[in-house]
Order: sequence, then C-alpha cells, then structure tokens
Amino acid sequence: MDKLKLPDMDYVALLPMLALFVAACLGVIIEALVPRRFRNIIQLVLSIVALAVAMFFVVKQSGEVVASKALTAGGAIMIDHAALFLQGALIVLGFVALLLFGERSLEFGGPFVAQAAVTVGSERDREQTGRELGSTETFPLALFSLSGMLLFVSANDLLTMFVALEVFSLPLYLLCALARRKRLLSQESALKYFLLGAYASAFFLFGVAMVYGFAKAVDFKAIHAEALLGEGNSLLLIIGLALLAIGLLFKVAAAPFHVWTPDVYQGAPTPVTAFMASCTKVAAFGGLLRVLYVGFDGLGWQFTPVLGAIAALTVLVGSILAVTQTDLKRLLAYSSVANAGYILIGVIAGQQLGLTSVLFYLVAYGFTVIAAFALISLVRDADGEATHLSRWAGLGARSPLYAGIFTFILLAFAGIPLTSGFIAKLSVFGAAIDGGQTWLVIIGVITSIILAFPYLRVVVMMWLSEPGESTPSVSIPGGLTSTALGIGTLATLVFGVVPGPLLDLAEKASSFVR
Amino acid sequence: MTPMWYIVLSAILFSVGAVGVLIRRNAIVLFMCIELMLNAANLALVTFSRINGTLDGQIMAFFVMVVAAAEVVIGLAIIMLIFRTRRSASVDDANLLKY
Repeated sequence: MDKLKLPDMDYVALLPMLALFVAACLGVIIEALVPRRFRNIIQLVLSIVALAVAMFFVVKQSGEVVASKALTAGGAIMIDHAALFLQGALIVLGFVALLLFGERSLEFGGPFVAQAAVTVGSERDREQTGRELGSTETFPLALFSLSGMLLFVSANDLLTMFVALEVFSLPLYLLCALARRKRLLSQESALKYFLLGAYASAFFLFGVAMVYGFAKAVDFKAIHAEALLGEGNSLLLIIGLALLAIGLLFKVAAAPFHVWTPDVYQGAPTPVTAFMASCTKVAAFGGLLRVLYVGFDGLGWQFTPVLGAIAALTVLVGSILAVTQTDLKRLLAYSSVANAGYILIGVIAGQQLGLTSVLFYLVAYGFTVIAAFALISLVRDADGEATHLSRWAGLGARSPLYAGIFTFILLAFAGIPLTSGFIAKLSVFGAAIDGGQTWLVIIGVITSIILAFPYLRVVVMMWLSEPGESTPSVSIPGGLTSTALGIGTLATLVFGVVPGPLLDLAEKASSFVR
Repeated sequence: MTPMWYIVLSAILFSVGAVGVLIRRNAIVLFMCIELMLNAANLALVTFSRINGTLDGQIMAFFVMVVAAAEVVIGLAIIMLIFRTRRSASVDDANLLKY
C-alpha cells in the first residue's frame, strides 16, 4: 500500500485564522469557568489580543507573498495579496465592531440579554432585563464568525468556501437573537435571517454539486481550465454558477435577494448590526470576487449582463425604498442595499481598476457604517434605543456634537466631497466607465441623487426642528463606544481627504493568484 | 442503468425542497425542506463522483452532512426560542418587523 501523503500546511500563513479560532474556543471555556461579572472585560481583552495577533501575522505575511507558494492547506486555501488585504480589513473592522459589543455604560449589563432561553415577557424575563449582566458568549460567537470570514475570503475551492460560509453565518444567526431590549423583534430577525440564510446556502451547495459535475473538481484553477477547454456539459456550468451566485448575492444583500436585510438590521442588537453591515459585506464581496474572477472569468461575457441587471435593480430598490423609511436602522439597511449595488458596479467593471475600487469601497463603507450604528446606539430613551425618525427631530439643539458627527456620516453616505464616500463612489464609477459600463454609471448617479434625499431629510430634521417632549437624550458614551465612533468618523474623514495610501494598498492587493 | 437518472432525481428533490420553503408556513417544515435541498445536493455530489470517477464528491458529501448537523442545532434553537414566546411555529405569525 502506498504511503499516505499528507497535504502541505503552511501554518504561519494560516495563523490569523487559527489565532481567532483558538481565542474563540478559549472564550467558550472562559464562559464556563469565570464568574459573570469579570467575563466582559476578560472576553474583550482576549478578543482584542487575538485580533492583534491575527493582524500582526497578516501584515507580516503581506511582505512575503510569493505566487508559487500562496497555495496551502492541500490546495484549499490561497493566501494571495487580495486575501491578505481582505483579511486585514476584516480584522480591523471586526475590532472596531467588537468594541461596541463590550460597551456596558450605556445601559446596565450591556446590549445583550442575560439568558436568551428565558421566555419573553415572563416574570423571569422582567427580572433579568433590569438586573442581570448581559451574556458574553457574544465575543466567542463573533470571533468564530470572523475566523469563518477570514477563511471565506481566502478559500481556493468551493467546498472550503461552503464550509466557511456556514462557519461565518451560523454564529451570526445566533447573535441576532440576543438583544436585551425588544427581544421579540430580535428573535424574529434571527428566525428570518436563519431560514433565508440556510435557504440561500442550500442553493450555493447545489451550485457546488453542479460545478463539480462539470469540472470533475471544485478548485478554482480546475474550474477555470475546464471552462476554457469548453468540453463537457456547459449547461451544468451555467446552472452551477447561477446557483452559486444566488448564495453569494444573498450574503451581499443584492436585490432581489435583499428582503432579509431591513428586518435583520432593524431587529438585531445594534452592535451586531454594525458587525454584519461592515464585516459580512467585506467577506461576501471578497468571496464573490474570487468566484467570478478566479474560477469563472472565462464566462465573463455570460454573467456580466445578468450581474449588471442585478446591480441596477439593487441600487434602484435600495435608494427608492430608503426614501419611504421611518426607522433609522431600516433606512441604513436600505442604504446598505444600495451600497451593495454600487460595489457590484465595481465588481462588474472588473480589471485592476474595478477590483481596486471595490476593495477601497468595502473598507471605506465599513468604517462609516460602524460609526453610524455606534451613534444610533447612543440615542436612547427609557425603552432603549429610539430609532424612529420622528424621535430624532431637534436632536441638533440637544446635543450639537453628536448631531454634527451624524450629519457628517450621512454626508459621507451621500457621497459629498471630503468624505470617504465620495472617493469610493468616484473610483467605482470611474472604473465602470473604464470597463465600458456607462449605463450602470448613469443609473448609479441618478440613484445617488435619490438616496441623498432620505439622508438630507434626517439632517434637516435634526437641525431645523425644535426639540419636543419626546426627543430622547443622547447618552454620554463610554470609552469603548467613543473609540469605535471616533475611529469610524476619523477613517471616514481621512480616507476622504488623503485616500492615496489606502488606494495604493488596494491597488497592490487587486490581483488574485490562480 | 445510467447514473444520470440520479441527477434527475436529485434535481427533483431539490425543487421539491425549494418550492416547499416557499409555500409551507410552519418553521419546522420549512427547515425540513431546506434539509431536503442539502441532501439533494449530497445525492448529486455522490452521483457525479461516480460519473467522474473521482472520490472528491463523496468526501464533500461528508462535509455537507457535518455542516447540516451544525445548522440543525442552531436552527432548532432559534425556532424553539420563537415557539416558547409565541406558542406557534408559523412563520406568518412572526410579523412584527415590516415596512
């Protein structure tokens, strides 16, 4: 019998993922051993240390990428420049979002429920809302999710991608159900996210099976080679790609697969929403880019028109429905749908310019959206966060500083110059014109104008209305939320004024190794 | 008998699951339909493994089973949570989030 040949493993290249995974496992053990009142600080420190270690190795790796050695773990993982950029972005954005997870000063016990299993509305539930410290399982869950995302953006075959997709989705479903206040909404959002997410990943898996039937393998190199060869049943290939795309477009929240987004963003605890809005988007677009440009780029002329139609529909649906919203979290959810559409325009543009613009957009948008949700978590009344638009009327007179920051963030979403949103949109549209997709740019510009309306309406409401009886107060943020808000806002400003360094970094990263 | 019929069967099972998710109302039944879709994909993987003459597909089926088991744990936990509060597992009753 032949000797069993072990696959080559470059453990240093896998260290960012392993660090987060080990920290998450340690976090689970801490939950079992440490008394409740110390857990929050210990979990937070552990998570931050793990993220720092992961970031260290990502930076270290980025200096020594060699195309011939990028493939590791028996061909399952590809650590190239793009993967490292996306991993770095995920780690940094994950760090900022985790700061919001740890905040305990806004309300007693933090944003998460103490015992998720307790029935809503029961005696025991009322007791725990007011008196018990929130659960800290959220940290290991978020770390599991993050390590799945790191794997997702560096997966080199469809099976690894499917497993990573589930590893990063499953903890997110649970996190959605853990809000301290408005638990019914939170649980409902978890149910909807779970059912639709599992439905989408079933499509993804069937797509994997079809592609396997076509290419006899599921790694991107083989798929690419087989597609170029043009033998075999190309129907399987087309069906496979379509089903894969459904799974991925669901995760990026592109229309018509976006219906879960507003419900989940509104119902989930705000720190989790911030985490989803920034990190999930980076991971999902990273995966989409790799599938389209490493595995299936031979089919470019077949998928580009379809993807173009989806991008156009996404920006239209996102911007038009954002106008009708009355809840701030829902408004930002539709704005995130529209932004997914703008990023898709960059994806379609392709070439190096398109990839660069997508990578830049993902990072810039991630920081801005975290800052936005950090601010939403500050505006509260006796029932928790006051997210209804009418409640924000007159906030400018109450607390000019926070209203000013929020105005700045909204202007960044609208794409006003001197914010990162402007540079991001400009580079995406520039790449699309370069790639011959002028019609998408026209639709993109029109929808940007439509989208400016709901943002500016919030701004006008905050500054020009008189504060009424029901205007909630803005809580003084603790150190963690202030840091997250500060980092997000500062990044929005810095990437808007001096985008050069990040654009350079994104340009270096915009090549996939096949 | 050609193995292609198994692919046809798996496509039919997948479609039954996909349509089931759209028309059924009970969260547990929805969930079973999703499992049916995953298993249809497993059948397709194993059959293609046979047609292609490579073992990868069978290995993949094992991975899918493990992932599906993890998904069951999470899914049932969430459905239980909703059921305890509402005394109903109908997805039509969970309608607080809209517009």
